[in-house]
Amino acid sequence: MSELFQFLGVDYNLGVVLTGVSLLGAAAGVIGCFALLRGRALTGDALAHAALPGLCLSFLIAGERNMPTLLAGALGSGLAGIAVLAGLRRWTRLKEDAALGIVLSLFFGLGLVLLTVIQGLPEGSRAGLKSFIFGKAAGMLRDDLVWLAALAALTLMAVLLLFKEFRLVSFDDSFARVQGWPAGLLDFLQMLLIVVAVVIGLPVVGVVLMAALLVIPAAAARLWTERLGVMLTLAAGFGLAAGVAGTLVSARFERASTGPCIILVGAGIFLVSLGVAPRRGLLSRLWLERRLRMDAVRRRWHVFLYGLAKKGLKQGATFTAADLAGYSPGRPRLQRLLLRQALHEGELLHEGAQFSLTQKGLRRAWTTARNERLWKLFVRDFSDLARPLLHVDRPDLTSLVPPEIMEELVLALESEEGEAALSPGREQAP
Amino acid sequence: MTLLAFWTISVCAICGVSCALPGCFLLLRRMSLLADAIGHGILPGIAVGVLLSGEVGGLMMLLGAMGFGVLTALAAQSLTTFGRVREDASLGVVFTSLFAVGVLLISMEKHHLDDCVFLGEPALITLDVYQWGEWQIPRALVTSLAMLLITVSVLALFWKELAIASFDPGLATAMGFGATRIHYFLIGLVAANCVTSFSSFGSILVLAMFVVPPATAHLLTDRLWPMLSCAAGLAIASAALGYWLASPTVLNSSAGPMMAVVQGGFLAAGVLFAPRHGIVAKLVRRLRLTLRIACEEILATLYRGEETGAPIASLALKDHGFSRSTVGLALATLRRRGFVTPGKSGPWELTDMGRRRGESIVRAHRLWESFLGRNFELPLDHLHAPATRMEHFIGPELQRELALELEQPGTDPHGKAIPPPADS
Repeated sequence: MSELFQFLGVDYNLGVVLTGVSLLGAAAGVIGCFALLRGRALTGDALAHAALPGLCLSFLIAGERNMPTLLAGALGSGLAGIAVLAGLRRWTRLKEDAALGIVLSLFFGLGLVLLTVIQGLPEGSRAGLKSFIFGKAAGMLRDDLVWLAALAALTLMAVLLLFKEFRLVSFDDSFARVQGWPAGLLDFLQMLLIVVAVVIGLPVVGVVLMAALLVIPAAAARLWTERLGVMLTLAAGFGLAAGVAGTLVSARFERASTGPCIILVGAGIFLVSLGVAPRRGLLSRLWLERRLRMDAVRRRWHVFLYGLAKKGLKQGATFTAADLAGYSPGRPRLQRLLLRQALHEGELLHEGAQFSLTQKGLRRAWTTARNERLWKLFVRDFSDLARPLLHVDRPDLTSLVPPEIMEELVLALESEEGEAALSPGREQAP
Repeated sequence: MTLLAFWTISVCAICGVSCALPGCFLLLRRMSLLADAIGHGILPGIAVGVLLSGEVGGLMMLLGAMGFGVLTALAAQSLTTFGRVREDASLGVVFTSLFAVGVLLISMEKHHLDDCVFLGEPALITLDVYQWGEWQIPRALVTSLAMLLITVSVLALFWKELAIASFDPGLATAMGFGATRIHYFLIGLVAANCVTSFSSFGSILVLAMFVVPPATAHLLTDRLWPMLSCAAGLAIASAALGYWLASPTVLNSSAGPMMAVVQGGFLAAGVLFAPRHGIVAKLVRRLRLTLRIACEEILATLYRGEETGAPIASLALKDHGFSRSTVGLALATLRRRGFVTPGKSGPWELTDMGRRRGESIVRAHRLWESFLGRNFELPLDHLHAPATRMEHFIGPELQRELALELEQPGTDPHGKAIPPPADS
C-alpha cells in the first residue's frame, strides 16, 4: 500500500487518512440516500449521538483503546437507540421529532457522564475518547483503517445485494408489505446500516458532523436525478469527493481540523447542486419560470392581435402603433420585444405608420385565441376533468381531451361567438 | 448546601425552566428538532461574537448567536420552500454546515471556548461573578433570570395566540395572527434561550432541556397549563437531583450531562407510570376490561344454562379466547362479589344478584341481535358474533332505547325470549 501512496505522490499518513475518508464518504452517501428518501434525514444525527455511551462503556469494560471493541460498543448502543426510538413511537403518544430529540440528547448526556468517569481514571486521559465527539481523522492508524474499510465494504455490499428490496420499501412501504416482503426486517436493516455508517464515521468526523455526512451528499444527489440508482452513485461520488477534498484542504491549513473541512466541502457541493442541477436546481427553475411567464405574455398578445383583427375587418385591415399599444404586458421593454418578434417572424407587416397582420400572423392569433376560449369553456363546463389538467402553459386542448368533449366545446364556442368570423381557413386557404 | 452549589443549581434550574416553557410549544407543534438545529446553528454566531468582542459571554456573543439561530431556521425554511428539499433534510444540511463553520472558527482562535461551548460545565458558571454589596452574584444568574423573565412575560402576553397556533395552525392563520409569524417568534425565543443556557449545558445537551421535560409533561397531562407547570417542575427537580448525583461524594461526574440523565430517568418513569398514558396504566386498564368481559361472559353462560335447563359443559369460554387463568380469576372475582356460588347440580350456580346481571347481559345481547336483524340484511348465523362483542357495552339506558326503537320485541331473530328489563 505504501508503494501506491508513493506512486501517487502522497505522504503515507495522508494516504491512509484519504483512503479511510473516501470509503467513509461513499458508504455514508449511499446509506444516507435511503435515510433521506424515507424522511429519516435526522435519524442519523440521533443515532450518531446514541453511539457515544456504548463507546465509553466498552472502554470501561475492556480497559483499553481497542478499535474492534469500541466499534462493537458503539454498534450496541446504536441498536439500543433504535430500540428506544421504536419503543417511544410504539408505546407512548410522543411523535417522531420528540422521540429523536429524546434519544439524541439523553444518550449523549449519558455518554458525557461516562466520559467524565473515564477521565477520572488513571488511564482515562490517554483514551482520547473525546476525539470521538469531534473526530480526529489525522490520528487514524493503519489497523483502524482495515476495520473501517471492511465495514464500509460490507455496507456497500449489503446495499448492492438488497438494492431491489430497499428500493421497494423506500418508495412504497405498504405495497412491499402487501407483496409479502418482510418490510419490518428491511426497515430494521436500513436503520442498522445507518448505525454501521455512524460507527465507521465516529472516529473520523465525530458524533456531530457524522449526521452531515449522511444527509448532505444524499440531499445534493437528490437534486440531480429522479432515479434511485443514479442518486446512489452520485451520493457516493459526492461523499467521496467531499472526503478527499476536505482532507486535502485541512492538510494544507494547519489549524483546520478534518471533520469540519469535509462537511464544508460537502456543503459547497450541495450549494452548487442547488444552483445548477438540471431540473430541481434554482437556476433551471428560474429559467423555466421565466419561459412560462414569457409564453403567457405571448399568448395574451396573440389574443389581443386577434381582437384587433376582428375589429379591423369592419374598418379596414390596418392599425396604427397606438392600436398596438393597447396591449401592455407591464413593462415597455417587453412590449417592444413582442413587437420586434412579431415583425421578425412575419406575423405583422409594417408600412409607414400602418401595421397589418399577415396571413401567418392571423392564423397564429386565431389558433391561440381559439385555444384560450376553448380552455375557458373546458374549465367552466368540465371543471372536474379540467382540474388535474390545469397547467400554466395552456397546451393545445385537442391533444388533451377526448374528441367528443372537444366537439361539444367547439359547438359551445360557436354558439357563443356567433360564427368563427376570422377563421383563416374560410378567408383563403392557409 | 454550599453557596457554590446553591448558585449552580439555581442557574441550571432557571435555564432549564426557561428552555422547557418554549419547549412545550415546540413539542406540540412537532418541531422539537428545531431546537437541535438552532442549538448547533448558533455556534458560528457565538464564535464570531467572541472573536469580535474578545470575551466569553458578552452581549456581542448573545446577539451573534441569536442572529445565527434565526438564520438557521430561516435558511432551512427557505431551502424547503424554494429549493424543494425535504424539511428534515434541509434542517440537517443547514445546521450541520453551520456547526462545521463554527467548529472551524473556534479552532482558529485560542480561547478556552471549546469545552464549555460543546459540552457545558455548570461549575464554571460560578467563577464569573458580579460584586453586589457583600454578595457575589454569578453573572450567569443575572442573564438567565433576565431570560426567564423575558420568556415568561412573552409567553404570558401571547398565551392565547400560541395556544391556538400550537393546536390548530390553520385556525390561527384564519383568525388573522399568522401561524408563520408565531413560528418565527418562537424560534427567536428558542435561539435566545439556547444562548443563555449553553454555558451550563453545552450546545448539544441544551436539546435535552427543550425536549425531555416537555415530553415527560406531555405524557403526564392533557392540558396546556398543567403541562407547562409540570415541565418547569421537572426541569427544577432534574437540576437539583443531577447536581447532587454528580457531586464528588456520589458519582463524581459533571453536572450538566447528569441533569440530562436525570431527566431521562423522569421520562422513563413517566413512560411507565403516567396516570393515563403510561404503559402500566394502559396494561391495567386492558386487564380490567378483559376481566370484566370474562366475568360477564361467565354470567351470561350460566344464565343461558338456567334458561335451557341443560347442564353446562364447560365454563372455559374457549371460543372467546380467554386463557384458563383469566377464567379462574374471573370466577374468583365473581364469587368474592357474591355473583356466583359453588352449586349443587353444576360446579357453579348464579346468586340472585348474579342472575339479574346475567339477565341484563343476555338482554343486551338479544336486543342487539334483533337490532342487527331488523336494520341489516345479515344471515341469522352472522348475528351472534357481533352481539357477543357489543353486549358488554350496552348499559340499561341503551337497552331501553333499543327496545323502544324495536317496539318492545318479545323474542330475538333466533326465536329466543328477550328477558324483561331489570327494574320492571
